[in-house]
Amino acid sequence: MIYLDNNASTSLDPEVREAMTAALDLYGNPSSVHSAGRRARRAIEEARDEVARLIGSRPEEVFFTSGGTEANSLAIFGTVSGRSGRVVTSAAEHPSVRAPVERLAESGVETVAVRPGADGSLDAGAVVDAVTPATILVTIMAANNEYGGLYPVSGIASGLRGRGVPFHTDAVQAAGRVPIDVAAWGVDLLSLSAHKIHGPKGAGALYVRRGVPLEAHTPGGGQEKKIRAGTENTVGIVGFGVAARLARERLAREAAGIARLRDRLEHGLIETIPGTRVVGVEAPRLPNTTAILFEGVSGEALLFRLDLEGVAVSVGSACSSGTLAPSPAVLSLGFTREQAKGVVRFSLSCQTTEAEIASVLALVPRVVADARAVRAPAPCRPDA
Amino acid sequence: MRIAVAMSGGVDSSVAALLLAESGHEVVGLSMQLWDHSSESGRTGRCCTLDDLSDARRVAWALDIPHYVANLEEEFRDDVVRPFVASYLAGETPIPCSACNSKVKFATLWDRARAMGCEAVATGHYARVEKDPGTGRPALRKGADREKDQSYFLYDLTEEQLAAVLFPVGSLTKAEVRAHARRANLPTADKEESQEICFVPTGTRAGEFVQAAAPSLGLALPALPGVVENARGERLGGHDGHFRFTVGQRRGIGVASAERLYVVSIDPAANRVVVGAANEIESREAEVADVKLRSVDATGGPFRADVRVRHRAPEVPATVFPRADGTARVVFDRPVRAVAPGQSCVFYRGDLVLGGGVLRSGPRSR
Repeated sequence: MIYLDNNASTSLDPEVREAMTAALDLYGNPSSVHSAGRRARRAIEEARDEVARLIGSRPEEVFFTSGGTEANSLAIFGTVSGRSGRVVTSAAEHPSVRAPVERLAESGVETVAVRPGADGSLDAGAVVDAVTPATILVTIMAANNEYGGLYPVSGIASGLRGRGVPFHTDAVQAAGRVPIDVAAWGVDLLSLSAHKIHGPKGAGALYVRRGVPLEAHTPGGGQEKKIRAGTENTVGIVGFGVAARLARERLAREAAGIARLRDRLEHGLIETIPGTRVVGVEAPRLPNTTAILFEGVSGEALLFRLDLEGVAVSVGSACSSGTLAPSPAVLSLGFTREQAKGVVRFSLSCQTTEAEIASVLALVPRVVADARAVRAPAPCRPDA
Repeated sequence: MRIAVAMSGGVDSSVAALLLAESGHEVVGLSMQLWDHSSESGRTGRCCTLDDLSDARRVAWALDIPHYVANLEEEFRDDVVRPFVASYLAGETPIPCSACNSKVKFATLWDRARAMGCEAVATGHYARVEKDPGTGRPALRKGADREKDQSYFLYDLTEEQLAAVLFPVGSLTKAEVRAHARRANLPTADKEESQEICFVPTGTRAGEFVQAAAPSLGLALPALPGVVENARGERLGGHDGHFRFTVGQRRGIGVASAERLYVVSIDPAANRVVVGAANEIESREAEVADVKLRSVDATGGPFRADVRVRHRAPEVPATVFPRADGTARVVFDRPVRAVAPGQSCVFYRGDLVLGGGVLRSGPRSR
């Protein structure tokens, strides 16, 4: 299989797998005083060091969670903490930010979603302008999952400086793909997920800058400095630590190569297939992501066909039925629903090869031609 | 041959997939998410609920075939549910399954199937398609199991749609289908049938659904209450929406009367339901719109046919007078009860489907 759905999840790196396999024997409760507990504690704290290194924070500012969704939820509900006021976000956020913000709106918090421009870029000034004295949180993703748009996190942070408004960013897609430096970015809270950087599912983290107040939402045994109680997921956290180290080591070396392959794929598709365009091509983007609009084609149908041919891609966003609906992020750029249904996302990783891209470039034009050759027979026409 | 099989999660489409896979075809399962039932708690056993999708997925696992779910909620809402509600509000008793088949299910199935590189599509309908030896064109016939025959819902498939479709269970009886499912240990082998309209929650009347759904579809409900009258214009009572009634209905009219009363006609503009005695719901003629004729010898002028005006209703011999504008007048050989505008009117000759259309209110002669 040619796997081009790395924004959904990534394969487990062999080095991560090895470390996790060994960590399966760290059965002691990390909170226990005896040697079994201390061994597990040490593994967790070493992992915390690695995650901190990936984002340029201090280890004590890293709080482990079950993943990106929980980190986002903790950041949003933990910061707002039942207060009323205004929350500023973007219209292209991941559901794990969008849904908590919607819930705040239901409980009376005023929410403002700033739309990216039609070119896919988000204007830092527009975000800062939406901030009023009543604003209690700004949450803007660092990199969009659907088309890879990079949002001006440090620009927003400078605009917010001195205004006392906590600034959270969902950096789940940015991690391992662009350098992250929480100090240079100037963010107060930042969410990470292990399985987007060749680590395991079920592990993530929230960076909380020292001094930023955050209310715990899982009371219990006091783990993670009472911010996130519950016995630590030692195996997952160990895997996350190794994945974070690998991501940091590889970033400088491999980002350019991934971007080159992505560009080759993108240019190849646009040049050989009429009626195609790249979503957000003018905007700063992740090096691994391209979202391509195939005019007059159902992206869902392309997804099914490409899967039958051994190529994994994705379209849209999962809806309540587990099926796919047009991506809210793509819609927020001003595309029509019909156009958004024709958008297919290809997301690469360091494991994507030249040969794989060549195969995809040979396959997709044929598949699109098939899909366009016969649209459904015009319904409801008399036969005679 | 790569074939896309529409899998509803029921036993019939499960066995359709089974039989094609067993005969060596490369089968791709395709389920369609048509309606979001998530707001209805505790509903089960209806078409395209999450449980049905899950059943379809389990069958696909059992057959070891790829399975995909196409999201057609927007198409279904616009092409099936909205016209359904609008038709009720226009005083008709619509049958959404025909429009669903021709405009959504088969259209999309074929669209997706071609995109997936399939050469044919298949469903679990009880109907048969045979090539007419004279013309070489596909002919639609009733399913072999006359109790289960679904040709009534398929009459307006286009010729292109018919030419590409396989009905693997169309030549089997329901008992045979169940036996195949049990033999292959399919998880749907003993699943009960879904009979009613799939998007109307179980235990809910169509009228309640119409009332609940109309505002969100941008359709206006009539002013309440409405009036129940007899044919002479005498007021017999009131009602809370003409769309809760259907022509031929006897129960639930809510008017006390010595004789049995039936709904004779519905006047949506005045929100008036006209009731009368049994003989008043008998018709010698019917008006049909959107007529589709598929059999060559039925395209010239008037022709004889056995006509069905309701699912499972007995066929009545009649003469069909097609007009150039796509409408037709049907003159029955004997009076027919409860010809309800909005229902499908399907013309048969033996087990061959000659065509059909949608019943409209029109001249009535007793």
